[in-house]
Amino acid sequence: MSKHEIEVTINGRRFAGAVESRVTLSDFLRGEAGYTGVHVGCEHGVCGACTVIVNGKAVRSCLMLAVQVQGAEVTTVEGLAAPDGTLHPAQQALRDEHGLQCGFCTPGVLMTMAAMTAGEQKPDEEALLAALSGHICRCTGYQGIRRAARKLAAGEGA
Amino acid sequence: MNAPGVGAARYIGQRVPRKEDPRLLTGRGQFVDDIVLPGMLHVAFARSPIARGKILSIDTAAARALPGVHAIYTNADLAKIKVEMLSFFLTPGNVSITPLADGHVAYVGDPVALVIADDRYIAEDAAALVDIQYAEEDPVVTISDAMTGAPVHADTDSNIAAMMGVEEPDEELEARLQAAHCLVTHKVTHQRISQSPMETRGVIATREGAEELTLYITCQSPHMIARYVSLALGLPDTSIRVIAKDVGGSFGLKNTPWLEEMSVIVAALLFGRPLKWIEDRVENLTSANQAREQEMILRTAFDANGRLVASHGDYSVNNGAYPQGADCNIAVHMFMWAAYKLPEYAFLSRGWYSNTVGMAAYRGPWAMESLIRETTLDIAARRLGIDTIELRRRNLVTLADQPTATTFGIPLEDITPAECLDKLLETLDVAAFRVEQAEARKQGRYLGLGVAAYVEPTGSAGSISVMTGELAQLRIEPTGKVTATMSTHSQGHGTQTTMAQIIAEKLGVAYEDVTVFEGDSSRGGFSPGAAGSRQGVIAGGATIKASELLAEKVKILAGHLFNAPVENITIENGMVHIAGAEEMTRSLRAIAEIAYGEPTRLPPGFEAGLEAQYRYTPPPMTFTSAAHACIVEVDTDTGFVKIKRWISCEDCGTIINPAVVEGQIAGGLAQGIGTVLLEEMSFDARGNPTAVTYKDYLLPAISDIPDFEYLHACTPSQSVGGIRGVGEGGAIIGPPTLVNAIADALAPFGEIGCDLPLTPVKILSLIEGRDLAAVVAPPPPPVVVVEAPAPPPPPPVTQAAAVIDGSWKMVLSTPMGPQEMTGNFVTSGGQLSGELLSPEGSMGFAGTVDGNRLLFDLKVEKPMKITLKYDITIEGDKLTGKVKMGFFGNAKLTGQRI
Ligand code: FES
Ligand code: FES
Repeated sequence: MSKHEIEVTINGRRFAGAVESRVTLSDFLRGEAGYTGVHVGCEHGVCGACTVIVNGKAVRSCLMLAVQVQGAEVTTVEGLAAPDGTLHPAQQALRDEHGLQCGFCTPGVLMTMAAMTAGEQKPDEEALLAALSGHICRCTGYQGIRRAARKLAAGEGA
Repeated sequence: MNAPGVGAARYIGQRVPRKEDPRLLTGRGQFVDDIVLPGMLHVAFARSPIARGKILSIDTAAARALPGVHAIYTNADLAKIKVEMLSFFLTPGNVSITPLADGHVAYVGDPVALVIADDRYIAEDAAALVDIQYAEEDPVVTISDAMTGAPVHADTDSNIAAMMGVEEPDEELEARLQAAHCLVTHKVTHQRISQSPMETRGVIATREGAEELTLYITCQSPHMIARYVSLALGLPDTSIRVIAKDVGGSFGLKNTPWLEEMSVIVAALLFGRPLKWIEDRVENLTSANQAREQEMILRTAFDANGRLVASHGDYSVNNGAYPQGADCNIAVHMFMWAAYKLPEYAFLSRGWYSNTVGMAAYRGPWAMESLIRETTLDIAARRLGIDTIELRRRNLVTLADQPTATTFGIPLEDITPAECLDKLLETLDVAAFRVEQAEARKQGRYLGLGVAAYVEPTGSAGSISVMTGELAQLRIEPTGKVTATMSTHSQGHGTQTTMAQIIAEKLGVAYEDVTVFEGDSSRGGFSPGAAGSRQGVIAGGATIKASELLAEKVKILAGHLFNAPVENITIENGMVHIAGAEEMTRSLRAIAEIAYGEPTRLPPGFEAGLEAQYRYTPPPMTFTSAAHACIVEVDTDTGFVKIKRWISCEDCGTIINPAVVEGQIAGGLAQGIGTVLLEEMSFDARGNPTAVTYKDYLLPAISDIPDFEYLHACTPSQSVGGIRGVGEGGAIIGPPTLVNAIADALAPFGEIGCDLPLTPVKILSLIEGRDLAAVVAPPPPPVVVVEAPAPPPPPPVTQAAAVIDGSWKMVLSTPMGPQEMTGNFVTSGGQLSGELLSPEGSMGFAGTVDGNRLLFDLKVEKPMKITLKYDITIEGDKLTGKVKMGFFGNAKLTGQRI
């Protein structure tokens, strides 16, 4: 076992510390960094619950090692809403459309939506739904998630 | 009833935003793995890699030597504390069950040793170092193994875990079945299902001193867990507190703690430090209890008019080794024909032990009844030449038929499946669909319409000891805000929302001013939580009653303070009004401050404070009814099913929040779609699970689920508030609706049977009339005379006779690249014979010729067993066509005369 010093920005705040080389990014974010909004549903890259944004890209944090984010900018679901509490358009859309029940898959769904709509990107419905097909939700039958995606694709909710 | 005053906000029936969402959307939910306690250590299990065998030795030395390992417990260690594993009904099982394996293992994944370590990584390392030697024995895996194999358990003399019904045939019933105009014998094979909540199981157990035990556990009711643990461990004097604020789904899996959770609890009692175990997904798919795996044969007799005469059901369910209650699922038979006019039904129902992981509940545990009944009805309709909807209309119990009772004596007063079906048909134009279907078939496209109807028992209370009423405790705080502590529990159900809506409306306060607490056994009172679509019905009633009591209390106090008759007082939007004296209007806060803080101003005998509680027990059974329809297109080249439309018409009585109701229906339907098309938990002959990740166990994704349309019928029930439950319905009625649609689409190919899941391979096997998977044989054609399939569209007739005989050079475009071959064709009348030559060799064939069109099949063994169906058209010296290659789809063929 070897420990590695890493320095990473998580939700705009600097984190510096030593992590074991084998610790996954998801376990690091939840355990060491305290961002328990990162949910682990399968640990093998299928369910999407653990999705976070690393340097602008949505990634599955269960499939990355913590040491790989050395120097990176990481955003978790805790970093989506504005500092004043205003929900991110994706959060607002899911809320308005009743896109969650137990809420376990929700952080991952949100991070994919957020990564795809960040900045000037204007994904169409098809592109959003294709990306969301990589997320498993066992509760909702995806109805509210799809409605929320349609709203985001239409540029509503911003 | 305290109807809200004029202008009062109405919340019941509104799509208000959920109370749960702000925390869940921002990553501030509190799931069990989010809890960290001081001094907490982590648990992993060493598990059996074999399905059945004796444990010869357990050597923990190497594991113990690993730095960071604190202890390793086996059954010998845990046995210091006696554990009685109880069923959901809190009854002891009929076989001995210990939390860790006691001398032998009974399924792959059976926990043998428990490791306590600094973190989960080290715990898993150590678990892998526990050296366990086994003497492997032959396992009993399937239901048919169980029927003939050696008993799984030493303490039983057969593998029958539970049995009800009659084994000997009832001669009179048999005679009636045999003599009937039409007897349909229908077999359904239902695969095993993993409930697959997105949050796996998990527990943190911490003993606080000698007399207190606190558990954080993902579950369906903290109260139920506290009761279970107290009884299972015989700890009547221990204060047990169970906390489960947010739970990431359950669907029946987390009803009671099972082997792993009980092991961790006992280990924490022994070790004295907080222990956490969070199941990983591989454990969840292999070692968490599973559901379904049933086989059933239903025989149903009809008269010439399609009226039901009699029926018999023979049901078997694989209980696995350690079910959460040995079970033969009597509810399947109780509700089999509950919504239909059927004079006579008899059954045999058996649960079987096997060397597989045990059975637990899954949403709509008795759902087999709707699946086999509704698919039987469609088979019967096709055979009788009666429209499937008409056949249902002739047999469904309508409102006009009620009150009546089922063959089991269950009283029916207000079920509405027939009325739901009528309402559904106002939206669905069946005649137009049939025209579209016929047109599509002409183009070789196979559309199908499936319809199903059912009733579902909900809100059960009072007949089974754990199925109790629900408790609502309400208080208007001195701040004027309202707090409720409820016996309810949400694993996504949104009970904080729905109960707050009821309180806001019935009390006359703003929804925003109501806070609902649940998820902690130290609050509220006992209820089994989310089980059997009960919380809306029962807790809804309790909340209405408690709100009424509390409103009454406010009015009595206000009447006393302002010297006004109680009936003149109303509460609206948090303000207390006195009719005709608007200047006397006061806020609830002002009234509450007096109620709590100024005892001298209270009426004589008035209990200080503004608090009320009510435990509501509804009528023993409430029914929800529904009719659903779906339209599919089956691609006969690939075997894929595309769901094009789905309409639900349900009657769940008074609706508290349509978004929550529709969410429950949609979630259940998605699970039903997964059941029919995708999900399959299976085992090899040695009992090894063959789906251990979500790459093998396929859950529906957003791309598999259509947009659902909802119609709501809303006939109030007999319970307080008129609510009916809606939690399970989608998972019950979804499968038969979809299977019926697929069967309708494929009717030209014959009956499809019902061997779930209906994977593309199975569907293609059916279309091609032979077994493409070589492991799952399609059921033998039922004893049903099916109408002759619609003839395929006639081939284009060419006038000039084409010259076919001779040699042709052809190129087939396959997924592996173009393949060259030579074809030699010889025709004689309508017959075709010849051979195909390719670098791999030559193969002869025989087929038919019609004008210039050649049809023949070639069965190839490599690269896999598959039938290639050739369809070639010859124009002069050119040849074009396609070759259907099973589920790989069509490949294009071109060629010219040599
Ligand atoms: S936990 Fe990472 S994809 Fe499932
Ligand atoms: S809301 Fe429960 S898994 Fe998506």
